[in-house]
Amino acid sequence: MTPLLELEGVSLAFGGLQVVSDLDLHLDEGEIVSVIGPNGAGKTTLFNLITGIYRPDDGDITLDGESVVGLEPHQITARGIARTFQTLRLFLNMTVLDNVMAAAYGHTKAGYFRSMLRTPGMRREEREIKEMAERRLAFFGDRLMGYRWDQPAYSLSYANRRRLEIARATATNPRILLLDEPAAGMNPAETHEITELIGKLRTEGGYTILVIEHDMHVVEGISDRVVALDHGIKIAEGSFVEVATDPQVVAAYLGLGTAERK
Amino acid sequence: MSDSTPGDPNAPALPEAEGPAVGRDEWVARHDERLLDRGGRFGVYEQRLRGVPWWAWLTLFLAAASLLPVVESSGYVRRVGFDTVIFMLLALGLNVVVGWGGLLDLGYIAFFGIGAYAYAIFASDKFGYHVPTIVAVPAITAFGALIGLLVGLPSRRLSGDYLAIVTLFFLELFETVMLNGNQIFGHNITGGANGILRVDPFSFFGHQLAVQHGGIFAVSYYYVALVFFLVVFVALRFVNLSRIGRAWRSLREDPLAAEVMGMPINRLKLMAFATGAATAALTGTLATALSASVFPLNFSPTVLITIYAMVILGGSGSQAGVVLGAIIVNVLLQLLQNPDQARVLFYLLVVAGLIAAFRFTRQLAIVAVLTLAFGFVVHAIVSAWHPSWAVVTHAGFSGDLSHWVVIPERLAPWVGQVAYGVMIVGVLAVTQLRGWARIAAIPPTIYVSAFVWENVMIPNPGPTRYIVLGALLIVLMIARPNGLLGERRVEII
Repeated sequence: MTPLLELEGVSLAFGGLQVVSDLDLHLDEGEIVSVIGPNGAGKTTLFNLITGIYRPDDGDITLDGESVVGLEPHQITARGIARTFQTLRLFLNMTVLDNVMAAAYGHTKAGYFRSMLRTPGMRREEREIKEMAERRLAFFGDRLMGYRWDQPAYSLSYANRRRLEIARATATNPRILLLDEPAAGMNPAETHEITELIGKLRTEGGYTILVIEHDMHVVEGISDRVVALDHGIKIAEGSFVEVATDPQVVAAYLGLGTAERK
Repeated sequence: MSDSTPGDPNAPALPEAEGPAVGRDEWVARHDERLLDRGGRFGVYEQRLRGVPWWAWLTLFLAAASLLPVVESSGYVRRVGFDTVIFMLLALGLNVVVGWGGLLDLGYIAFFGIGAYAYAIFASDKFGYHVPTIVAVPAITAFGALIGLLVGLPSRRLSGDYLAIVTLFFLELFETVMLNGNQIFGHNITGGANGILRVDPFSFFGHQLAVQHGGIFAVSYYYVALVFFLVVFVALRFVNLSRIGRAWRSLREDPLAAEVMGMPINRLKLMAFATGAATAALTGTLATALSASVFPLNFSPTVLITIYAMVILGGSGSQAGVVLGAIIVNVLLQLLQNPDQARVLFYLLVVAGLIAAFRFTRQLAIVAVLTLAFGFVVHAIVSAWHPSWAVVTHAGFSGDLSHWVVIPERLAPWVGQVAYGVMIVGVLAVTQLRGWARIAAIPPTIYVSAFVWENVMIPNPGPTRYIVLGALLIVLMIARPNGLLGERRVEII
């Protein structure tokens, strides 16, 4: 079986700085894979490579056996990869509902003139987009149900902005969700909730998930497989326990001396 | 609080009505309620007004606009009304590019010119083409969109300042080509600086719309312009209410996030650019059919800046806002051409400014009394000293004023210049001082401003119009950075 997403020998340099070198990574259908590594290890760059914001210098990225290298980001999204951002990038001055509805652009059709004439087909599609967005928001239970969806996104609390980003990403109808530090800045209760939510995204939403996370409780709670990066190189891969006890990983996080003393 | 432990099934439900609970989103849920509280008495009306749908406002506005020629039948008012509708159309088009697409297009007015020239070439004796209006107008609108696409194509990756420079050069290019268009490879196409004259008026089904009727401006063009306005307003509104409109808003908020969420931002930018160009070209045909002539200088950067002022003043991004902005700016520019109207306008603005600054407090009364007293004292001193320096006339409002403000029979140029300088210092002082010092500084400043207005500004209406427009924009940008009807926007929180 070919993996859903596969990276083969992917490399990227910014000038003289090798950000990602010769990286192999695969993601099977229905898996949850965590990417860990110290700051600057190239985790977010990896997401930027997969979503087409950067183009790799070398290597190939295939989705379902087809290369996505060189496609524009919106084309890659249309093929089924959606992401959230580590530094939240919501459309702050748009309403909560509009944020989610906007992300349906790629899989809806009503064109310029049909919109201008407000044809019955266009209005039907508009209703469908709205219903879809409400379903996506309802996925978060009463967390995003509690208040009016016609309020601007900037009125949301930090944790709810993270939830809204996930809702927006799912509105592109993806097969793969890339979550960039979904638990960053959350309190322990919210972190626990996010852990459960990621599991629910797989079981109920049917998404395959690649997640960057620093919180080891979250990583332990959700991962089928963990990949550790350091200086753009994959230093370990396997179950959480295997990776967490890998001397190279410990060295990357805590410094070489600690690993030797251990 | 009771001493029940969390998870205790007998624990009372969380009290709902006891104010905001920390860490829960009820505080956010009450956002609207709190807004209403803060609005006080007017808040309720504001909320109700917001509930009125846009098409109701539009109907009301069009009904009022249709009555204008009935209420006031002078040709001048009709002509100003027509020009205002032209500016409203141009502002609506620019709003798509700047307000919705977030693109700084400084070549916008060139598309207005392209529409105007295209109509003049295909509906005049110049080349003997007399294309029927019903064909020419849609075709030229489409042609404008096409040129918009061609200009946008190379510049679509540019954004912000770079796009502004590229489009500004496009405008310069357009003007140069039109100016020298009387010798393109030996052919006279645009008539050069002399333009194209005797352009056909609009005609529908063999019925020509005369520009003049019984010697005054025919009202038919005004209504045709209103119909154009209705169609453009609704069509653009509908596009903005669709997935394309949502994508434009997303693009303006965060282009990278929009692209990653599946929106082809380059194509969307081109769409906004071409929509603006098409609207401007359409307006060009209308303006040319009325004036029956077209000259390169009709499309100067001054017109462009006026339209930008309309969009910014009214509230970029809001259709109602830019229409309001177009009305305010154009009517203001017209009023300022007439000294009597300009005079009334100036003193109304001063009074309105004072009320806005002080509300109806004791301080307002003090400032008003001090200002009047200051004026009469200065006037008395000056006329006792040298009567010809303070001429008193006896005609209407300006006559009443001449008892208060000093209007010399003949003014040495340096006096005006010094007074101008003193006025600027006075205004700066008023903005910097606080408390009683400020109240003391206001009356002399108002007096010097009135002196400058009466003796320097009113005799030169040309530059005065744009100085007043600039001052108005500055004040408004400080008080309401998003324009009159623009939504408050949050950048980073």
